[in-house]
Amino acid sequence: MAYPYRDDRETTTILSRHMGEPEARSLNGWLERGGYEALRKAVAMEPDEITDVVKESGLRGRGGAGFPTGMKWSFMPSEPSGPHYLCANADESEPGAFKDREIMRWTPHLLIEGCIIAARAIRAQHVYIYVRGEFFPVIRILNQAVVEAYEAGYLGESVCESGWGCDLTVHIGAGAYIAGEETGLMSSLMGGRAEPWMKPPFPAQRGVFGAPTTVNNVETLASVPGIVMNGSAWYRGWGSEKSPGTKMWCCSGNLTKPGNYELELGLPLREIIDEVCGGPPEGRKVKAVLPGGSSTAFLTADELDCVTTYEGLQEAGSALGTASPIVLDETAEIVPAMRRIAQFYAHESCGQCVQCREGTAWITKILRRIEEGDGEPRDLETLYDLCDQLTGRTICVLADSVVFPLRSSLDKFRHEYEALMRRSPTVAT
Amino acid sequence: MSRRLHPAVAGAQPFQLAERDPDAPLFDSEESRERLEAILSRYPNKRAALLPLLGYAQEIHGWISTGDMEEIAEVLELTPAYVWSVASFYTMYNKHPAGRHMIQVCTNISCHLNGAPRVLEEFLEQTGTVEGETTQDGRFTVLEAECLGACGFATAVQINDEYHENVTPEKVAEILASLDGPQGV
Ligand code: FES
Repeated sequence: MAYPYRDDRETTTILSRHMGEPEARSLNGWLERGGYEALRKAVAMEPDEITDVVKESGLRGRGGAGFPTGMKWSFMPSEPSGPHYLCANADESEPGAFKDREIMRWTPHLLIEGCIIAARAIRAQHVYIYVRGEFFPVIRILNQAVVEAYEAGYLGESVCESGWGCDLTVHIGAGAYIAGEETGLMSSLMGGRAEPWMKPPFPAQRGVFGAPTTVNNVETLASVPGIVMNGSAWYRGWGSEKSPGTKMWCCSGNLTKPGNYELELGLPLREIIDEVCGGPPEGRKVKAVLPGGSSTAFLTADELDCVTTYEGLQEAGSALGTASPIVLDETAEIVPAMRRIAQFYAHESCGQCVQCREGTAWITKILRRIEEGDGEPRDLETLYDLCDQLTGRTICVLADSVVFPLRSSLDKFRHEYEALMRRSPTVAT
Repeated sequence: MSRRLHPAVAGAQPFQLAERDPDAPLFDSEESRERLEAILSRYPNKRAALLPLLGYAQEIHGWISTGDMEEIAEVLELTPAYVWSVASFYTMYNKHPAGRHMIQVCTNISCHLNGAPRVLEEFLEQTGTVEGETTQDGRFTVLEAECLGACGFATAVQINDEYHENVTPEKVAEILASLDGPQGV
């Protein structure tokens, strides 16, 4: 399934089956669609059994890093000495990504069910769903579903009359991209600026409110009920050994049919762009693709035969990221596009690390200068130099996120930068 | 705001609304105290209620004044300086009165590739304002926004608590006309 365009090929639908069906939002509509059956199964299981099934399924975190979910859960203490927390990361704000919004606005109960099951697995008593503030229409839908889940006894003191209790609170952000980074999210949830912190300690040791915490992305959690219900072998029926299952692909940019598509991991990227999304409009040609969102390296039109698994896109020199290909066709210009991307990271830098705060701002300034025809050839060296200085030296990966598209744009589209230099009347030779 | 909210969602209400009352007290009514209690009951300490309460202040007043911040600081036992340091970090908290219709046009990459700069220009021209400013009659504030998480529906525009998708320059007039009643109040 897909939204808003249909994908008529025979595909799996774990996450997207009910997208486009407003009735699926209500508890009754959800129950009619088999909702909360996985939860009933899970409350009869031991926490470690749930973690084992998810481990065997090979499910990897869908927020961008791709860390194995079951393994993350297994880092949580098995004998709690105090409260444990689960944070559902619904602060979706990576440019290009719009899958979590879709999951929440069509199937809020799928996320809630996944949260409760995950909470049981990690022995958490309280779940916080941290939703980005801008998502007001989605927040209304989610709030309604949470209240329904409480009223029906899926949340509260005794989940499904099992005697095991679980609470869930919706918490909303207020416009800070960095709150989507897991430690930034926890800083924000504790009533602070969304400033990431150094790891270790890892959240499973010391997370939100000083307690063991797991932070999982919305899509990750929404994948859990299906896995618990049908088993790990079922989930492994799709995808590759290292990248099992299905994934929401958020396709945007210059495309005939942009939108969300749930696809088995491992299709060739070219097939997703050309066949699933109908390629660029009016028969134009693809120039470049950011395959995993704005923080992944550019691929050129000749590099699209790679397969869309975590390992496949890594081999191709980019990354799966949030599986959000942004397509630039032949009418798009690389330098203004790159400047717009850099401007975003400069705006969103939390300002703790000098390299990131100053570096992202300088990159934006230099790119703007080049875009306006005032660039000098040595600017390109400066940009490369900044790439080196911003890599791997900061608390979180925001700085690295701008380097991936920037360096690859310099390597692969240098001619577009140089063409703009020549326009300048003040070029120093 | 007169509804009784479930504590699970009491701190998570849309806070960018056209309806507002800048002079309403924040914590003086029984209703507001109930809301405060409900929010506080969800966190192990008071500080964690800061974002929900900043949102609450904006929901009621349309923006967050230093007076609001002082009040919030008092109920949460924080310093006003701390509250300001947090409020200033987040772009969605209005530190100045905003127009009744806050129009935020995403110009990030996917929208950019689909003509967002022209959509932004059209909104500015038709409202007669400049980016970041509010019209004299207090109706509109137009802002350039970062990715709104609706990239497949470019250009995405957020107006208060609603999304408008696939916006083109041609649709701007119609959208603006739909915002106010016939008298344009
Ligand atoms: S780029 Fe405009 S909504 Fe994401």
